[in-house]
Amino acid sequence: MSQHSIEVTVNGEAVRAEVEARRTLGDFLRIDAGRTGLHLGCEHGVCGACTVMVDGLAVRSCLMLAVQANGRDVVTVEGLAHADGTLHPAQQAMKDEYGLQCGFCTPGIVMTLAALTADGARPTEAALRDALSGHLCRCTGYQGILRAARRLAQGTAA
Amino acid sequence: MKAAPFDYVVPDTIEEAVQHLADAAGDVSILAGGQTLMPLLALRMATPSLIVDINRIAALSGVSRAEGAVRIGATTRQAQILADPTVAAHAPGLTKATALVGHHQTRNRGTIGGSISLAEPAAEYPATALTLGAVIEARSARGVRRIAADDFFLGPYTTALEPEELVTAVHFPEWPAGTRLIVEEVARRPGDFALVGFVCALVVEGGRISRAGVGWFGMGPTPMRSRKAEQALTGQSATGLDLAGIAALAVSETDPMEDGHASAAYRRKVAGRIFQRTVGQALAEQRAA
Ligand code: FES
Ligand code: FES
Repeated sequence: MSQHSIEVTVNGEAVRAEVEARRTLGDFLRIDAGRTGLHLGCEHGVCGACTVMVDGLAVRSCLMLAVQANGRDVVTVEGLAHADGTLHPAQQAMKDEYGLQCGFCTPGIVMTLAALTADGARPTEAALRDALSGHLCRCTGYQGILRAARRLAQGTAA
Repeated sequence: MKAAPFDYVVPDTIEEAVQHLADAAGDVSILAGGQTLMPLLALRMATPSLIVDINRIAALSGVSRAEGAVRIGATTRQAQILADPTVAAHAPGLTKATALVGHHQTRNRGTIGGSISLAEPAAEYPATALTLGAVIEARSARGVRRIAADDFFLGPYTTALEPEELVTAVHFPEWPAGTRLIVEEVARRPGDFALVGFVCALVVEGGRISRAGVGWFGMGPTPMRSRKAEQALTGQSATGLDLAGIAALAVSETDPMEDGHASAAYRRKVAGRIFQRTVGQALAEQRAA
């Protein structure tokens, strides 16, 4: 099995590691980079909990090898809030609209919402629903998540 | 679960990639978008000794037009295809199909070449390629081969590709402007594989259907094409068609399976309804246009 030395920008910081080829990006982020805010649910691309941003796009980190992220820019949920603790609008909207209960699915959903609304983008209701279909939530019944998404897309989140 | 150990190479050129495939003699997986391969690895349903990652090969990605077709490079991401103006203008059936592929998050990685080579019988791309008459371009160390979609899909997850061949592009022939295109599916949840999927292209000239493509996904061991229904539609007046009769004919050319998600009878019934509803609507829109 091949080993690879990689350098990935994680939330603005360079993280270097020696990884086995089979290491997923999700495992790399949790184990090698210590970003345990990202949750691994199914580990085979069904639940969406592991969603992160790679070069600005929402992707499932269990469906990418760590070695494929070599040289790329990755953002996890830890990278969203300001250093002073001010929440990212996607986080604030989820909080305000009670978009979470146990919080397991939340980091993935927040990353999708942050990616969809980056640079002032205003996704349509159809685009929001389509994107949220990539996440499973066992707790909320999705209503609060949808409200948060709408609020965010309307640009009325704090 | 975690994948079993494997070696990993990431070639920069097609030549290097196909050399790896030739050397590996079958014990190898090609990693394109990874949206199916990664789950198969995680579940240890795939345990290759070598993975050849083709994502760094610039020549494999992109959309262009040539010889009356839109050529989609194998590693072009589904999200790129969905947003591509050339595809929307000259292969709009592909745009429609792409909107139904997976999820936003998986379309950001998933590729057309990956989906076509996987040949999942219930997936959108193989059936769309088959119905619209696409041609699959493959490379090996021995050269280039072009395979018509009609000859490509041999069984569930089984294609005409040789183990040492790499899909480099899919060519979608341009249908005439104004062709009515339908891609419709019924799935339990958005993003799931379809229980029943339908692809149809209709060219209407002077009130008559001059050309038709009819295909299905989730309705047999491969994507299916209903040639008798295509013939039955061709030459007909766009008004007063025996839609129910032609729908029944189209469904008779499928071979749906019985599984935990749906019975074969249910699939046939839904397929007939989708055919009648969407073809009827497309022809009504055509009249109104
Ligand atoms: S852990 Fe990646 S999709 Fe479930
Ligand atoms: S809040 Fe518990 S899974 Fe979504």
